[in-house]
Amino acid sequence: MQRHRRRIVIVGAGHAGGVAALALRQAGFDGDITLVGQEAWPPYERPPLSKDVLAGRMEVERTFLRAATDYAASGIELILGTAAQRIDRTLSRVLLADGRELAYDALLLATGGRCRRLACPGADHPRLHYLRDLDHCLKLRGQLTPQARVVVIGAGLIGLEVAATAREMGCAITVIEQAARPLARVLPPQIGDIFAALHRDKGVDLHTEARVTAIGERDGHAAVDTDSAGRIDADLAVVGIGIVPDTALAEAAGLEVSDGIVTDEFGRTSDPSIFAVGDVARSFDVRLGRHRRQETWQNAQNQAVAVARILAGSDAPYADVPWFWTDQYGLNFQSVGCSERSEKLIWRGQPGKAPASAFHMEGDRIVGASCFNPGRDMRHIKRIVAERAAIDAGALADVNVPLSALCRKE
Amino acid sequence: MSDWIRVAARPDVKDGEVIGVEVGERRIAVYNIGGTFHATDNVCTHAFALMSDGYLEGDIIECPLHGGRFEVRTGKGLGPPIVCDLKVYAVRLTGDNIEVNLSDA
Repeated sequence: MQRHRRRIVIVGAGHAGGVAALALRQAGFDGDITLVGQEAWPPYERPPLSKDVLAGRMEVERTFLRAATDYAASGIELILGTAAQRIDRTLSRVLLADGRELAYDALLLATGGRCRRLACPGADHPRLHYLRDLDHCLKLRGQLTPQARVVVIGAGLIGLEVAATAREMGCAITVIEQAARPLARVLPPQIGDIFAALHRDKGVDLHTEARVTAIGERDGHAAVDTDSAGRIDADLAVVGIGIVPDTALAEAAGLEVSDGIVTDEFGRTSDPSIFAVGDVARSFDVRLGRHRRQETWQNAQNQAVAVARILAGSDAPYADVPWFWTDQYGLNFQSVGCSERSEKLIWRGQPGKAPASAFHMEGDRIVGASCFNPGRDMRHIKRIVAERAAIDAGALADVNVPLSALCRKE
Repeated sequence: MSDWIRVAARPDVKDGEVIGVEVGERRIAVYNIGGTFHATDNVCTHAFALMSDGYLEGDIIECPLHGGRFEVRTGKGLGPPIVCDLKVYAVRLTGDNIEVNLSDA
């Protein structure tokens, strides 16, 4: 008698979905794998879309995890340009927009997120750009000419990276941010202030505590109205005000959703045969003891690998210490650990100068670090943060004491 | 032969360390792993970063920017975000001179 061949369907062919498909094979899964994506592009990595690809320094193909043709070679059926329309949990199948039905034994949702839309009059202005996908990137790239006047709405990571890239291309940049400082959602105030100073130093006109109230058309360009920074004439505007997790399929299927698809530490949703990874997943974090959703390259990559292994039989939960980087004006910044809400920072090096790192403290324990041009120290810093080490603050702040000497101290 | 180019003196690269050198327009990383010298391209294949600023552990070099890792002896990339291997070059010692052969590159 023939053994039933297990079928895994992955919905969402972005970074996480693509990695999961490839990692399933690497983990020895020998059943059928079908990867369904709405975009025409094969799975790709997003970090270069606001940097090297946007600047025209990197070819689009270099963002691909693999060439589209390589998936078949790994026995992965890749269905591109096709939306998944509905999950039928009773019959364990996914219905696609083109009428196809895909039966599954396990379903992995990697549907990512959509750009949060600006909600003001004129938000559909043709000179208004968003940046999430390769198509967005290529469209924006075509408009970024030297001397162009660009208004960036939102001083988060994407907004600041676009501002830096466009500034280096010779554009005139205005950034509008409604919070008191950049990056307020992900990093402590002191770090946000350093990014504000960096951009201003490069000639960016940064307005904080300012809101866009309307976008209009005037003499062939866009007029961006704000509540406290006046009216700004622009050849184009780029909105970077975050993403909204794409939970529509999961919600319609009755899965537990709360700003993301809720999963346990193994990526399992409220339906034991359905899993979720990447930007869309609000996963239980065993280190923190609570659920959290992450929008990082690391999470798209490593969580997808971990959950793929679980689908192939592993019982090891995803438990990486969060990490992200940004590159702006040749400065490399890396954040590791719990970063957004720490009251006390211990600096190693001079704030605002690089290299320098700020260690985020909870009592006498290091819980995170914000690092400017850390170079090879990053390895030690990641280890110190992962260990939540209790460390002598004086030694930590002393650049003459090597980090390697602090690592194993308890 | 003239294909061998002196890039450093032996004491310049201590055991377990990596340095960056420039040969014409090329950037080369020179490693000392347990007394044996190795050379690779110094620029990461993933983004512009110098391996000589990276973290050397055994015979693995980790890129300082995005954590990509390579095997120094072979240049082999060890998983994401690395897609392309690092080019490696032959190294020889002539007295105290470390010489690298860039000819087959």
